[in-house]
Amino acid sequence: MSRDLMMDATGNDERLAPTYGAGQHRLKAERESQILEVSIGPQHPSTHGVFRMDVKLDGERVVQLKPVFGYLHRNHEKIAENGSYLAAIPYTDRLDYLCSMTNNWGYTLAVETLAGITVPERAEYIRVIMAELTRFQNHAGLVGFLLQDMGASGTPLMYAFREREKILDLFEAVSGARMMCNYLRFGGVRVDCTPEWMKETRELVGVLPRFVDEFERLLRGNEILMARTQGVGVLPRELAVNAGVTGPMLRATGVNYDIRKVDRYGIYDRFKFRVPLGEHGDVYDRYMMRVLEMRESISILEQALKEIPEGPVQDPKTKLRGLRPKAGEAYGRIESPKGELGFYLISDGTMNPYRYRVRSPCLINLTILEDMCLGQSVADVVVTLGSVDIVMGEVDR
Amino acid sequence: MSAPELGAVGVDLSADALRALLVAAIEGCSVTVVENESPSGQRSLVLDHEHAVEAAIFLRDNSELRLDFCSNVTGVDWPDREVTEKVKVKKMVEGLEGATEQEVEETRKTLAPGYLEAVYHLFSMEKKHGPVILRLRTRDRAEGNHLPSLTPVWRSAEFQEREAFDLFGIVFDGHPDLRRILMWDEFADYPMRKDYVSPAEDEPVLDDGCLPGAEPGAEQGAADA
Amino acid sequence: MLGEGIVKGLFETARNFLGSYVDKDRLVTVQYPEERHPLPEAARNFPFLLYDGDDPEAGLRCVSCHICEKECPPRCIYIEKSTDKKPDFVGKPQFYPARFDIDVSVCMSCQICVEVCPFDAIRMDKEFELSTDDRFGGLMWTKKELSKPNEYYQKIHPVEAAETDARRAEDVEKAKAKAAAAAAAKAAEVAKAAEAARADDEGAGKEPSKG
Repeated sequence: MSRDLMMDATGNDERLAPTYGAGQHRLKAERESQILEVSIGPQHPSTHGVFRMDVKLDGERVVQLKPVFGYLHRNHEKIAENGSYLAAIPYTDRLDYLCSMTNNWGYTLAVETLAGITVPERAEYIRVIMAELTRFQNHAGLVGFLLQDMGASGTPLMYAFREREKILDLFEAVSGARMMCNYLRFGGVRVDCTPEWMKETRELVGVLPRFVDEFERLLRGNEILMARTQGVGVLPRELAVNAGVTGPMLRATGVNYDIRKVDRYGIYDRFKFRVPLGEHGDVYDRYMMRVLEMRESISILEQALKEIPEGPVQDPKTKLRGLRPKAGEAYGRIESPKGELGFYLISDGTMNPYRYRVRSPCLINLTILEDMCLGQSVADVVVTLGSVDIVMGEVDR
Repeated sequence: MSAPELGAVGVDLSADALRALLVAAIEGCSVTVVENESPSGQRSLVLDHEHAVEAAIFLRDNSELRLDFCSNVTGVDWPDREVTEKVKVKKMVEGLEGATEQEVEETRKTLAPGYLEAVYHLFSMEKKHGPVILRLRTRDRAEGNHLPSLTPVWRSAEFQEREAFDLFGIVFDGHPDLRRILMWDEFADYPMRKDYVSPAEDEPVLDDGCLPGAEPGAEQGAADA
Repeated sequence: MLGEGIVKGLFETARNFLGSYVDKDRLVTVQYPEERHPLPEAARNFPFLLYDGDDPEAGLRCVSCHICEKECPPRCIYIEKSTDKKPDFVGKPQFYPARFDIDVSVCMSCQICVEVCPFDAIRMDKEFELSTDDRFGGLMWTKKELSKPNEYYQKIHPVEAAETDARRAEDVEKAKAKAAAAAAAKAAEVAKAAEAARADDEGAGKEPSKG
């Protein structure tokens, strides 16, 4: 059953052809009687939160899929606009609540760009260490959940969470909280890491490769995994670029675009690491991207822990309370584990940001969910959604 | 933002250069540069409605620019504001030697009309440069809240333009599926506008009578009396 | 061979299962209410107010400056300033909170109040077993419930507390030195005034002789 048979794309201008346009697909009228409408979510274990998909099915095949958002909407942007620049940091923790450290970094980077703040060297290293630990634990968790969605009940997820737990313990020891770290500040980080903490981290980074090896042995050659993921949810490269897909999802299609390499924000230009690239853009490639990125994160961690200098961790000239950046605007972006996390700030010279905007990778990566799922079966929709790696706190904001 | 060696590719991404390129390439296109005084120095271009899509396609397809990745799309609300300025006015002043023309300083208050703005941050995945910032401005904040949609050019704008429609009330003409995205469909207002007033939070809604302050049945008793 | 990957995976599962009996890295959970992981020193949960000495009223460090109330991101702190003043730890008269409430059902444990407090008056607690059957009143903590002695702080955050105590001791010393200097200056002034008065007297005494 080919997609073109059932769908009728309304393209008008030839130059606009790369727009595959969700919502431009129309069901053929004569088939409509056989179409079944199913609502997947918002309370569904495989939707990773309160996410709903209105799916139209022809038998087992998906002919239309409309994502429905907003169940976790709390107008994060308005809350931040009503508070001071400092008060927005704990709220950024709650965007993508698995990766609070990278969220903090995205926001502080935007404020630093806006106000021209410099960061001490040691703080930059600490940021890299925290970001890479976050990336590792996010990818470990995601891979666990993805396999859970495929039916590998429990085992891989528990193994992933066991390692994640060790990293969260490290976060707690330095920032005071396991998930809502609220650790980075514009102009540095809140507190310095103790030498004992550094030692513990070095020890942990030493054992993490064993976990990745085991994890790969557990499932790499697994025939069921391959059957469920290869050729499923294929995302064409051209569409991925046009739809603004970022992060491991984009790199799984073979586009070499990693903001750590492109923008070299922080001190990422000092580290040697490779950017894993996929080829087919299917679920299997996306799964492998995460596994390979975990290895690269370990390599960055090893370098950062070796080179980290002594020194202050907070720029003394920066006012944390009552920061008033000059009127203007700035866009700061980082490579969060899920993709490009950007913060757009407009200052009008007062204590509150005039406009505060989060460019959430999860929301924008969902733009092409329909295109990936059309013609697939319902079971594959679940796997495809799992491979996008969404956290509803960030999608709905 | 952009790394130093990226500039070495030879593409001038400054707002002035892009303005010159756009004006040369598209007939009748009016482009204004918005200055940015902050240390970020990210300046932006305001496009007119008629040529916005043309200009966007040009920026995307130009072989030197190749701004194929529209990263961030958002709305900004600029409400009406009062501008106070001191103006020197020539006036006939009755003096001792009759009426003479003199310069008099006057304070004038004018109402700068508000507008809604859509901001697009563009990058290039192919050339790995950016950002280029485009702005589109509506005529006003009421009926004239229409803008051309750039979703046909960059698919990534689809959900983000829907969000700007939902939270700011900017209507994007040419958007394939313009519905509310985060708020529920029955919601009437635009919560991200600066003049939005949220309904009182401490009004007990569901657990009426359960809150310590509210006496159960108090309303009923009053009605009976 | 079909199934080879599955067999390999099962071998890995078996290794983890058996390993959990011997390897600490493979078994990280404990039986919670009986056994507990120790909390790290930096752990934080909800804020509390510090007081010096034994009297929570007299020794309360808070001077009711409203900084935390204004900076609190979810706005869960409510302060009412007193009308009279009481001496603080260096003896300077300061306002104190007549009412200090924290709605912990709203508090998000972000520690901003601790960071912005210039008087070391508010700190984060580690207590986390706080469930209550009272939905409304039970989670609105008043000044009485929030006040905790400095000894408690020294117990839960020893390194931080030592630092704060040293800084405050220094302030007390400085205040004492300042007071002593002020007293000395005053004494000197008095002496000077007395001397001037005497000089005046003497001058007054001399003047007629001059004339």
